[in-house]
Amino acid sequence: MRWLSDNAVDRLRQEADLPDLGGSKYLVLHKLGSGGMGTVYLAQDVDLGRKVAVKVMNIADQSGALASRMMREARIVALLEHPSIVPIHDVGTLEDGRVFYAMKLVQGGRLDQRLGDGSSLYDMLRIFQKVCEAVAFAHARGVIHRDLKPENVMVGPFGEVLVMDWGVAKVLSAGDAKEESISDGERSELKALEDADLIATLPLVQAQPGDTSGGTVIGTPAYMPPEQASGQTELLDERSDVFSLGAILYFLLTSDPPYGSRGAAEAGKSAEHPVHPRQIDRKIPKAVEAICLKAMSERRQDRYANAAEIAGDVVRFLDGNPVSAYRENVFEKAGRWLNKNRFIVLLILAYLIMRLIVFFSVGR
Amino acid sequence: MGEDRFPVTRLSAIVAASSSNQEERSRAFEVLVSAYWMPVYKYVRIKWNKPSEDARDLTQGFFAQAIEKNFFARFDPSKAKFRTFLRTCLDGFVANENKAAARKKRGGDATILSLDFDGAEEQLRIAAPPAPDSIDEYFDREWARSVFSLALEGFRGEMISAGKETHLRLFERHVLDAEDGAPKPSYKALATDFKLSTTDVTNYLATARREFRRIVLEKLRELTATDDEFRREARALLGVDPQ
Repeated sequence: MRWLSDNAVDRLRQEADLPDLGGSKYLVLHKLGSGGMGTVYLAQDVDLGRKVAVKVMNIADQSGALASRMMREARIVALLEHPSIVPIHDVGTLEDGRVFYAMKLVQGGRLDQRLGDGSSLYDMLRIFQKVCEAVAFAHARGVIHRDLKPENVMVGPFGEVLVMDWGVAKVLSAGDAKEESISDGERSELKALEDADLIATLPLVQAQPGDTSGGTVIGTPAYMPPEQASGQTELLDERSDVFSLGAILYFLLTSDPPYGSRGAAEAGKSAEHPVHPRQIDRKIPKAVEAICLKAMSERRQDRYANAAEIAGDVVRFLDGNPVSAYRENVFEKAGRWLNKNRFIVLLILAYLIMRLIVFFSVGR
Repeated sequence: MGEDRFPVTRLSAIVAASSSNQEERSRAFEVLVSAYWMPVYKYVRIKWNKPSEDARDLTQGFFAQAIEKNFFARFDPSKAKFRTFLRTCLDGFVANENKAAARKKRGGDATILSLDFDGAEEQLRIAAPPAPDSIDEYFDREWARSVFSLALEGFRGEMISAGKETHLRLFERHVLDAEDGAPKPSYKALATDFKLSTTDVTNYLATARREFRRIVLEKLRELTATDDEFRREARALLGVDPQ
């Protein structure tokens, strides 16, 4: 019997663990990564000759509920045609009962892995702005994500941003919908799927902190608004996503989620509030801190109404304009104006200095 | 659609080890010894710090006593994994042998099983010794190595008898032949070497992988007592998160 080195055992283990997609049009090439719910593989679509990412759930779908949930996710994503939302190509079930879906292959890394790579605050805010805009697009179509976190955001090599994992997204009822929202027919169809699957009945807090797992849990405490963590599902709307966006911004500013892995609901029991970002790093602009804290307000009515509003404030900050979340004093206004118009100010100063030099030269 | 991720294809050797049928029992012990003798031998050498000759005798004696007294029948799957049970039995056995200091009377000189102890010694010489505080993990790792080695042997036999030598050679080149730490050869490189199209390489490897996985799971099925233990071991061995 041939002796196997530790590396050989590991390679055999990986081979044996690759899912068997026999019977589908996909051939698995190798593993890309794994999360709480499933594992993502690089696969070849043999019909179209293109590479795709295939996500395979870690558990067999004995009741068929997971398959219907993933089908629902695929249909929601299909309705959200946006450059920052990854399209799902296909949903299927393996011979062993595990559900998989094939989606566009996204190159790049997760947002949480970008920290410490030398990106400036402004780079991070540009990325965050794109996340907000993708979520704003979904909000405008009457869909909320419900599991926004850095791990669900991919950043491509050219700065493209993709919001992933719409598996627990919720379609808002017609009364809450906006003008551009999906049609009544589509909404009632998706609502019917939602009522039939796990989402309506499952607990909204997961057993293991830090990640969504097992298909029996919805959301991640560290980035979850208090109303979601405490199971008040009737209160969930765009402001719930806004809270999670604020928590993502907090993470980008401080490298930590606002309440650690416990989440807002647990922290709320002991009346604990997150440390303000500027207490951790004084270099964080006050306006950015204010955007973050407003989005994460404990009272829903104190938050931005939707992702478009928070995106608007971020854009205003990046453009050197005042943000709605922060009232500046006169010095701050002047400082921002000077900063925004630095080039013109320098030009005028140079002109004045030249005039002075000329004046004194001629006077002599 | 299958309801179970892990197909049930073979009977458990642990269950069969307590069968009233002598032939079935012998076959079951053969399966268990083939999977466990190497981890047992290495464990005795390292944890109990026994010289090679003593470890050989103790390994032989342990399995001889297990067969004679049928103590695998005492295994209760609700309390522990079989692997843990076996290791506990082994520790008890070696401790007793130490106390009695009567190894030769146990019949230690009589070789009852044909086991490649020299091969095991060679492996111990090549591999780095485990840290003193990770002997249990070492036993588990050796057990995994043993399961994969047996599965690979079975896989080779099946592929050859099915006339799928190309599948087998491709699989071995892709997975095993790369030096430790070196990247696996690409599908394109394999296609050139084997004078196949890349699509054929992809298909052949997919088939080989499927067969190998089936054989690993069959082997695990043999080496576990209950469906629950089988699932847990499969998840632990194949790296899938437990439900």
